[in-house]
Order: sequence, then C-alpha cells, then structure tokens
Amino acid sequence: MSAVVVENIIKTYGKKKEVTALNNISFEVKPGELYGIIGPDGAGKTSLFRILTTLLLADSGKATVDGFDVVKDYKEIRKRVGYMPGKFSLYPDLSVEENLNFFATIFNTTVHGNYDLIKDIYQQIEPFKNRRAGKLSGGMKQKLALSCALIHRPSVLFLDEPTTGVDAVSRKEFWEMLKRLKEQGITILVSTPYMDEAGLCDKVALIQTGKILSINTPHGIVDDFKKPLWAVKSANMLHLLNQLKEKEEVEDIYPFGEYHHLILKSQLSKESLEQWIRNSTTENVQLQMVRPDIEDCFISLMKNY
Amino acid sequence: MKHNSPFSIFNFQFWAFVKKEFFHIWRDKRTMFILLGMPVVQIVIFGFALTNEVKNSQIAVLDNAKDIASASFIAELDASRYFEIEKNLYSYNEIEAEFKKGKIKLAVVIPQHFGEDLQHFNKAQVQLVADASDPNTANQLTNYATAVIMDYQKRITNDRKLPYTIHTEIRNLYNPQLKGAYNFVPGVMAMVLLLVCTMMTAITIVKEKEMGTMEIMLVSPMKPQMVVIAKAIPYLVLSAVNISSILLLSRFVLEVPINGSLLLLVFESILFTLVSLSLGLLISSGAESQQTAMFISLIGMFLPTIMLSGFMFPIENMPLPLRVISNIVPAKWYYAIVKSVMIKGIGLHAIWKETLILTGMMLFFLTLAIKKFKIRLA
Repeated sequence: MSAVVVENIIKTYGKKKEVTALNNISFEVKPGELYGIIGPDGAGKTSLFRILTTLLLADSGKATVDGFDVVKDYKEIRKRVGYMPGKFSLYPDLSVEENLNFFATIFNTTVHGNYDLIKDIYQQIEPFKNRRAGKLSGGMKQKLALSCALIHRPSVLFLDEPTTGVDAVSRKEFWEMLKRLKEQGITILVSTPYMDEAGLCDKVALIQTGKILSINTPHGIVDDFKKPLWAVKSANMLHLLNQLKEKEEVEDIYPFGEYHHLILKSQLSKESLEQWIRNSTTENVQLQMVRPDIEDCFISLMKNY
Repeated sequence: MKHNSPFSIFNFQFWAFVKKEFFHIWRDKRTMFILLGMPVVQIVIFGFALTNEVKNSQIAVLDNAKDIASASFIAELDASRYFEIEKNLYSYNEIEAEFKKGKIKLAVVIPQHFGEDLQHFNKAQVQLVADASDPNTANQLTNYATAVIMDYQKRITNDRKLPYTIHTEIRNLYNPQLKGAYNFVPGVMAMVLLLVCTMMTAITIVKEKEMGTMEIMLVSPMKPQMVVIAKAIPYLVLSAVNISSILLLSRFVLEVPINGSLLLLVFESILFTLVSLSLGLLISSGAESQQTAMFISLIGMFLPTIMLSGFMFPIENMPLPLRVISNIVPAKWYYAIVKSVMIKGIGLHAIWKETLILTGMMLFFLTLAIKKFKIRLA
C-alpha cells in the first residue's frame, strides 16, 4: 500500500475559480520514501500539503494518506500524520519544553514515550529548553517545530518548506536529520523552492503553476536532460547574454551562477562552437561543457511545457 | 460515544490546553493587568469622578433685601450640602457675567423687602437663575434649591397653622440617598464581563488562526470544538475574579448594599459570562484577523451594551424601534437582573423571565458558534 496517493487533484481559489492552484495533479509516495515536491513560490506546494493534511478540500480528485481518504476519514488522518507548516507555528510565549510537552499531550502521548525518535534533534536545543520559543534563532525554531511534529511518531510527515529562511549550515543539518528519520521508517513529504535540495530526496516531483512537470529520482531527472550544456563566461556578461539571445541557433541561454548556461538547437563540437561564438559576439568568451543539475532540468522542463 | 462528544472534557488534552491558555494570559502581564484592573478603575471612575449627583455646586447670591430674613435664608442655603456660595453679587447685570465665567451653576436672587413681604403679606418671591446649557444639572439644582426654600418656609411657619397646605412627602425606595452607584454598579458589571469575555475570547481564538497555530491544532486528534471551549475556560475564571472585585468594591468602597441573595447574583453573573463567552466564540468563528474581531466586539457588542441596556439611558424613553432592538442586547436583561437582585433584593421568582431569556441566548449562540466552527482552513 502506498503511503500517499494523489489522483487528479484540482484546486482553485476565488469565487469564479479564477485562480488555479493545482491543475490535475497525480502522484504516489511509497512507504518510507523521502519525497520532495520542488517548485518555485506560488507553484501550489502549500495548497497540496493542506489538502493532504485535510485542512483544505480539493475541487475534484481523490487523495489518500496511509490508506485513509482525506475527505471522509479526515479524523483518522489527523491522528496519524505530522505536519509542519511553512510559517513558524509554535507558541512564542511558551518555553521550548512547554511547547514540546503541550504537543505531546494533545497527541495523547508523552515526550518520554517517543524520546528516542526526537532525541538527535531535541538534544541540540535541549540546553535552551527554558527559553521562550519566540526567542530562538531560525534554525533552532525549525528543530523545535520538527520535534513537535514528530513527537507522536507520525506515519507520514509533511514538511512545508522547512528550510526556507534558514542558513546554509542549518539547512544541511536539517536534511541529515530527515535522512535519519527516514531510516526509522517514517514516510516524509517535503516541499522546497531550493533546487539543490532535490538531490537529497529519494524521489522528486517538479511542480510549476499547479502542474507536475516531471516525477523521477534526482538521477533520472538529470539523465533525462539529453542535450549538451555549455557554460560561457566573458567580461561583460549582460552584453554576452543579450547578443547570444538574438541568435537563431540558440535554444536557450540563462544566467547560472558566474556563468551563462547555453543550449544549442544543433549538436556542435567544441571547436565549431568556439568558432560560432567568435562570429556571434564581440566578447572574449571562455567556454566549457558542463553536466546539467536539477535546476537546468527544471528550467528546460518549464520552457518546454 | 462519550469519547467523541465535544464536551468530553475530562481528559488530559483538554486540561493541557487550558493550562497553556493560562500561560498565555499570565505571561502577557500588560493585558492581564488591564483585564483585572479595568473593573477596579471603572468602579472608581464611575464612583468618584463621573457622577451625575449634585454636591457642593457653586452658586452666586444677589441679595437686594439685606435684612434679617434674607440673611438667615442665605445661611440656610450655604449650610445645605448641595450648595456652596461662591460669590455675593451686587447687581442683576453681574449674574450673566458670572455664568459666562463658568464657575457658578445657579444664581439666587432675593428681591428688596424680602423680610417685610414675608411678614406683612405672608408671601415673598425668590428667583432662581440656572445655567441650562446642561439641562439635567440645571433641573436638579433648581429642585434642590426649591427644597431648601420649602424647608426654610416650613421652619418660619412652624408656629402658625396655614390653611390648606399640601405637603408632598417623597420616599425614594431602594436608594433613599439617590446614589448614582446603585445605577452604575450593575452597568459596570455588564460592561466588564462583556468586554473580558466576548472581546478577549474572540481575539485569542483569532490570534491562533493568525499565528498559524490553529493549523497545527486542526491536524491533531484534538476536537476542534474542544479547542474553542478550552480557550474560554480561563476567561470564565478571570471573570469570576472580576465579579468578586466589583462586588467587594461596590459593597465596601461605594457602600452599595447587596440586598438580595449573593448566591443568586453570582449564579446570574456566571450565566451572563457564559452568554458573553458564546458570543465571543461566535465572533471568532467569523473573523479572520484580530482587528476584525476587536471591531465586531466593540461596535457590535460594547456600544449596544452602553446605549441599549438601560444603564446610561432609560429604555422607556426610546423610540419604538430602539426599544425592540434593545431586547436582543443580552446586557439589558443582565442589567435588569442585577438591579433586581442587588438593589431591590428580590428573588428568582421575579427574574425567572430574564434568566430564561439569557439561558436561551447562551444556548443559541453556543450552538451557532460550534456549528459554524471551521474544521478546515477554508
């Protein structure tokens, strides 16, 4: 049995249903999988998570979590899932320990009972257990929120943009924690706008304006990128970009870190490409072939959709 | 099915929630101070500052007679606790100038030959000039002054029997001294309970929505209705503290007696508290931001309570539409109950109708609030 099944979910907002948040979404999450929903802001990630955690009703379509229907069996689902919303949502005027105890109690359990599950995470914030949650740093808030979402040993854990607004080190730590949780057999659905985090998931669904562009393993998505990808660089990057954009042979060019990534319509050897570039632009260009990453795949999928 | 009922309150979840709610109130010292201090401040303000009783009003006297009779009359005026002679005037023209200065509220004009007229014709005139820019005060002052004149007349005619005199003997039942406190203590009770219960419960539930914690609460085994009821409990306790402080203050500082049964008064106050709490819950189920919740509570609840409960303005004098509307203001019924029990000292047999109406209102609002409570976000 799949941990999460989503079939043809459509969700619109507004009186005349003028805003489409989710446009016929389907996917499936296997038990114990770390499943990433990757997409930019406004892609529909939060709507999807709210439908799966029974907080919103979809216009049409069907979804189950742990075998329970999100509409009919919402009470069952609420007992067994863990949910961490995108916004920090603990009580800022309660201390770390009080927050944890409170959430343990309302889930009919005790901190002691499931301590082994949160031990790794909670130990890092335990020195501050008497501090008010509102006074914690961003990374510590995140850890506390995760501890609170885990305290009842959920079968499926929903994390809505858990690393947004968290520093790079804390983000890395957070993903390591998720890996350890996965080993405990908890199915995890995590959404993120950061492409670099996609590689840390077992499986990712790329989502854009309410549509799923691709579902694959991180490797599979990169392997699907068939065309050669070139990184180009010159002294005047903007000029280079504008000049190459005009060329007929160029399929796509976009800024990517300190380089521009360039995709051509036809296959060219490095020598002929260099020749072509010298003809096409006045700039003195450095050129190398690069391996695409998830972000390149996402950009290409977005353009071709 | 006991376990699934929203009222199965004897479990850990519920009390953990109530405890958490107490923490919220306890740790927000400023708000707590306001909530507990407000009734004290209101009682003190209404009791000592915002009083419409007339005490020691400053008056001016124009004595054109300057004889023994006028002197003893003026002494009588000055001796009364209502008046204090601020100034003796020497001509009629000065009166208006004095009024314009704004210090005096009443001028007493004694004509020439006051004493002689009294002795020879058994009849004399005194003119009272009042500043009627505040009609109520003017009215009260002239009444008091007339009373002083009557007293004076009674004293000088004591030995002589006048034919055909009618004496009006006035007895003010339940409030012989015509103290304003008898009126506003019930009013303040209604106001404070409504403010604490309705506004605060509405705001705190909406706050959970705004902060996003309601989102987590909903994705938990906690029954949504239980969340709401647990939030109301601390405010019920706070209100109990407020009821006691109001009653203690009014009994021992303002010396308003509790003539009826204290138990009945407390019972009725708790009933009204429950009505207010249900109203707060109802508002919170509709409002999406704390500001909205506050506005609805203030405009929709607080103003009608002040205007239409009979506390500030007598309902009997209002036009019919307002009188009809006043019936749906819960404070009107509570105000009537408190006045009956506390001041008149009557029992449940006389206020069962009001009690029944409040009970009905509570059930109606509570049912509606629980029915309207959203188990999802939208």
